[in-house]
Amino acid sequence: MTESVLINISLAILFLPLFGFVVTLLLGKKVKSIYLFEVFILTIVLISAIVLAFGKLSYFIDHKIVSEIEWFRLTDTIVIKLGFLIDNLTVLMLFVVALISALVHYFSVAYMKGDERYNRYFAYLGIFTFSMNGIVLTNNILMMYIFWELVGLSSYLLIGFWFEKKSAADAGKKAFLVNRIGDLGMFAGILILFLTYNTFSFDTIFQSISAGKIPFNSEFWLTLTGILLFMGAVGKSAQFPLHVWLPDAMEGPTPVSALIHAATMVAAGVYLTVRIFGLLTADAMMFIAVIGMLSAFIPATIALTQNDIKKVLAYSTVSQLGYMVMALGVGAYKFAFFHLVTHAFFKACLFLGSGSVIHAMHHEQDIRNMGGLRKKLPLTYATFLLSSLAISGIPLTSGFLSKDGILASAFAFGSLTGYWIFAVVGFLVALLTAFYMFRLIIITFHGEPRDHHKYDHAHESPFVMAMPLVVLAGLSIFIWYTPNPISADQGWFLTKWIETPELHAPNSTRFDFMQSEVVAETQQVAEHNSSHGEITYSEKYTEAMHSAHYPAMFLSLFVAIAGILTAFVFYQWKKVNVEKLTASIKPLYNFSLNKWYIDEFYHKTFVAGLLGLSKIIYWFDATIVDGIVNGSATVTRAISTFTGAFDKYVVDGLVNFMAYLSGFIGLIFRRIQTGKVQTYIVLVIFSIIILFFFF
Amino acid sequence: MNNFPILSFLTFLPVLGMLIVLFLPKKEVQAIRITTLIVTGLQIVFSIILVMGYNYSAGGINDANSFQFKEFFNWISISDFAGIGKIKIDYFLGVDGLSTPLVLLTAIVTFIATLSSWNIDKSVKGYFLMFLLLDTGMMGTFVALDFFLFYIFWELMLLPMYFLIGIWGGPRREYAAIKFFLYTLFGSIFILLVMIGLYFSSMETLADGTRVFTFNLLELMNTANYTETGILSPLNPNNLRLVAYIALFVGFAIKIPMFPFHTWLPDAHVEAPTAISVILAGVLLKMGTYGILRIAYPIFPEITYQLAWWIALFGMINIIYGALAAMAQKDFKKLIAYSSVSHMGFVMLGMSALNTMGISGAILQMFNHGTITAMLFLIVGVIYDRAHTRDLEAFGGLGKQMPIYTGFVTIAFFAAIGLPGLSGFISEALVFLGGFGSGTTRILAVVSTLGILLGAAYMLWTMQRVYLGSLNEKWKDLTDLTGREYAMLVPLTIIVIYLGVNPSPMLNLMNASVNAMVKFIADAQVFYSSINTL
Amino acid sequence: MMEVGLNHFLVVSTLLFSMGIYAIVTRKNAIMVLMGVELILNSANINFIAFSQFGNRGIDGNLFGLHGHLIALFVIVLAAAEAAIALAIVLNIYKTLSTVNIDEIDNLKD
Repeated sequence: MTESVLINISLAILFLPLFGFVVTLLLGKKVKSIYLFEVFILTIVLISAIVLAFGKLSYFIDHKIVSEIEWFRLTDTIVIKLGFLIDNLTVLMLFVVALISALVHYFSVAYMKGDERYNRYFAYLGIFTFSMNGIVLTNNILMMYIFWELVGLSSYLLIGFWFEKKSAADAGKKAFLVNRIGDLGMFAGILILFLTYNTFSFDTIFQSISAGKIPFNSEFWLTLTGILLFMGAVGKSAQFPLHVWLPDAMEGPTPVSALIHAATMVAAGVYLTVRIFGLLTADAMMFIAVIGMLSAFIPATIALTQNDIKKVLAYSTVSQLGYMVMALGVGAYKFAFFHLVTHAFFKACLFLGSGSVIHAMHHEQDIRNMGGLRKKLPLTYATFLLSSLAISGIPLTSGFLSKDGILASAFAFGSLTGYWIFAVVGFLVALLTAFYMFRLIIITFHGEPRDHHKYDHAHESPFVMAMPLVVLAGLSIFIWYTPNPISADQGWFLTKWIETPELHAPNSTRFDFMQSEVVAETQQVAEHNSSHGEITYSEKYTEAMHSAHYPAMFLSLFVAIAGILTAFVFYQWKKVNVEKLTASIKPLYNFSLNKWYIDEFYHKTFVAGLLGLSKIIYWFDATIVDGIVNGSATVTRAISTFTGAFDKYVVDGLVNFMAYLSGFIGLIFRRIQTGKVQTYIVLVIFSIIILFFFF
Repeated sequence: MNNFPILSFLTFLPVLGMLIVLFLPKKEVQAIRITTLIVTGLQIVFSIILVMGYNYSAGGINDANSFQFKEFFNWISISDFAGIGKIKIDYFLGVDGLSTPLVLLTAIVTFIATLSSWNIDKSVKGYFLMFLLLDTGMMGTFVALDFFLFYIFWELMLLPMYFLIGIWGGPRREYAAIKFFLYTLFGSIFILLVMIGLYFSSMETLADGTRVFTFNLLELMNTANYTETGILSPLNPNNLRLVAYIALFVGFAIKIPMFPFHTWLPDAHVEAPTAISVILAGVLLKMGTYGILRIAYPIFPEITYQLAWWIALFGMINIIYGALAAMAQKDFKKLIAYSSVSHMGFVMLGMSALNTMGISGAILQMFNHGTITAMLFLIVGVIYDRAHTRDLEAFGGLGKQMPIYTGFVTIAFFAAIGLPGLSGFISEALVFLGGFGSGTTRILAVVSTLGILLGAAYMLWTMQRVYLGSLNEKWKDLTDLTGREYAMLVPLTIIVIYLGVNPSPMLNLMNASVNAMVKFIADAQVFYSSINTL
Repeated sequence: MMEVGLNHFLVVSTLLFSMGIYAIVTRKNAIMVLMGVELILNSANINFIAFSQFGNRGIDGNLFGLHGHLIALFVIVLAAAEAAIALAIVLNIYKTLSTVNIDEIDNLKD
């Protein structure tokens, strides 16, 4: 196996779904079963992704495979390139995307059965997979932006798949526009990068930063560049304050929510931040950590009171993504990506599980109409429960490992910098997560059925839907990532597969504990002024992580169990009257139920403001600008009326007078002109006689 | 083949077509249409031949030797005219990387517009005569290298356009036609004044050593040709070059159209028949920016340098103002018209950067906007032909009724939004990269990125109002695309996608010229500043 | 006895001419007008012959020869032809319009 084989496999992984999209879309009308082609293609993509991951991790584990081609050139120095970067991160992410995408394809075969645009749905899934693979595989920020926008398009198409529903069409539009706001920031960041480095390639940019070249020679601009690029992630990963699109995106078909709005696309923001991690300064990281913290906390409080099964999961997704972003902010690069992977599996499982429930309940999404489904849907229940345990952070699950890592990092961050807030909020959110997940489970699956009609017709899902659930739930168990069920630190995932990233931002701009330490013995490193890849995390952080590990683990275990128990107390055993409790904190409850009124706020300010502004502009255009044009026309006409009158009465009057005068004179002399030759002769003779007299 | 006057042929082929149409009886409607179609089709063939024979390394701009497919002979030559001296006007055609993409665009758009004119049934013969005359005017403007000749073609376009809007237009056609005509004529006067000013400020040295006044654009770009006393001569310390530049710029800006001279555009578009809207937005608007790049930039490089920030400012205003105004529209066609205002702002922003990326982006945006906006107007035409209304509020859910049509709409809309993978993205990205790369326009470029967001907002909102949601029962009899409509939309779609994926063919076409232009302006700037310090 | 000289001829010719003019100017009858024209022609003839007879001599002492006589002969012939054609026209006019009054013959006027 050589590098070129891996590159060719990556090419196949990238372009096969596009091919599937084109074929399925064009033949969709004529060939009823063309969707099978798309499903087939995805199976090949999955196999290729597994082969790629296997090949990369077994043969080239320390290699970074880069392959570039020229896209277009303007001059000899301005050459825009496209290229692949295949490192361990890439193949793992590709595997996640391909696996979940393939599973969602299978799931959809049953779930979407009977839809009038069945084939088109699969085509859209194809273009989504293509775009997502592009984001993962790229080695430069421009190409990432290109695919970034393309996933935006596929997300738009899939959210608004049932576009006859106004809410679905609205949600698609909202998702695209809100994402665009983030993308603007990202694009601005790209502009700064290109201006400074004249390239889009991550590697080249990092090398230049290490060599001391930073935008506008100012650390502030480097920070700003990091934050601007991160703006893209804020949009795509639905981070506060741009998180509002994700819950609405649940208007799309449920498998789509599992694929795009839980596992892969929304994780792209985290992936982007992971990719640019090297250029982040301490200030940028602080910003990222704060955004992550807010995004973890706010949606968690909203999820407490939602009644739509998918909305709960959506807010939980935002919250978990907040975790990942916060992890990146506090420097826990590995755990952020680890959580991305584990979350992708269990959240996809939860969404597909909810899809299974919704399918069984004939498109009922309100959990208040469910209950007792555990008996009807045993398999769905089991997988859902396992995934919920994972998201709550119960030992033996993957979620425990990754979440614990993030909490420990936040803890360590607090001990090193004194910003304890991230750890505090982290644990609080863990409590809330456990609570709302089990609230969801209890109301949906436990107790007595509330809508007997629908309950009676409920049935367990067919194999193509059950199989993905089982696979994903299986992947929520620790064993795939590490042999040690309580710590992933020594597992292959964190030690072998993911490398500690190189940091490139100048030393002076980093957190103290992340500064490169020039080790005295290695003279080489000292000479090269820390521009080469030495270990950049100082021992301090590792030590702090180590000492934070056990306190954090016990604390997180404690809050998770506390959250689950509270849910049971509230909803299963009904020891506390929930109605009464909510009534007693009515304002708080409503605040959560109405999603902190953020949507309303945006509507009243930005949306209304923009529409108002556009009306004003148009009024200005039609009245003032065009008014001036028409006004000048009117003035011109008035002047012309005046000159017209002048012309008619004065100038032309003079001319007419002359004509009249000559006419009058003519009238006098016409008498002579009788037409009779004899008269003329008389005149001639008289004239001659007169002439004789004179001469 | 080398001596074949391909540019004259391209330019006057429509006149040949006019002769044929003229001799066809009025009733032979189909024959008239097909003649026009063949003529415009031949234009495409010849412009492709032109591109195939194109030398990618020749720069053009100010160097007569590197212009291609040149045709040159003395056209009007009066040895002593009323004391002015020798009058010499050349018939001088030639293309470089600036004009070739636009020649290609003109050929394509005209062909598509011919197809779109198929359903004109009011005095067909007159319509196609005017149409062909317009075609000649457009082609001629893009290939003329003599200011006088350029001006003649520029004015030649005006007349048929006036009649095409004024006779075959909508209910307020007279108002729109007159507004268009007067507005453009108003601009032309400025151009004429500057043209005459330049004529009396510079002298060309002929082969026999005599020096004569000249309209030759390339000679006008040469500083050495200016007289000491000419009012527009840089050698004259009291020259009026700044004023002349502004006048010339306004003359061209009206055509772009640049805020605040843009209000003729929505009216003209709303009233014009679909095919004419397609040509108006697809080709005519480009003439403004083409004129600035071809004439104002290289003849007044130092003023261009001086005013770059202002050009960018107006570009930015166009982008944001146009987008906001588009958002408030209720009429589909007016919305697209304002979106053109917004998109032409990108061209101006790119031009003002005065660097390779910016100007490449601007020219590419001219081409891309030509194809994308042609698609958008055709899309409006399709719906207007069927529903006889363009009120955005009156529709809804057409995506279900006309799925294939909606597919094309999606492509066109997203191309207009600047989605990667479609042509609009590349040009907008280059414009922004260029704009940000130039210190003068940096901040304006950043503010202009808002245009991307606003563009997405009004386009998607339109998408939703017309194509998504539940189907309005009134429209449940609307049929999907006809064969002719396919023939119009498919080629444009292919171009839009192809240039989005692989912009190299178009960029290679213009690279040498863009670099020549950038270098010329930079050099000239150095030169002129040395004059000023003397 | 008084010698008949050039003046006598001229007086006669003048009288004839005046009578002719008078006839042309005053007569409404086309034939009368024609008569007047004839009178004028003949007064001219008289002049031709008179000047031919009494006029200056040439350088060689001869008269101008018979130039005047010749022209008078021409005039007579022409007058005859003219009278023939004019009378024919008048005859035709009379046939179509039943009048020879020149004031009434104004068909070309409008």
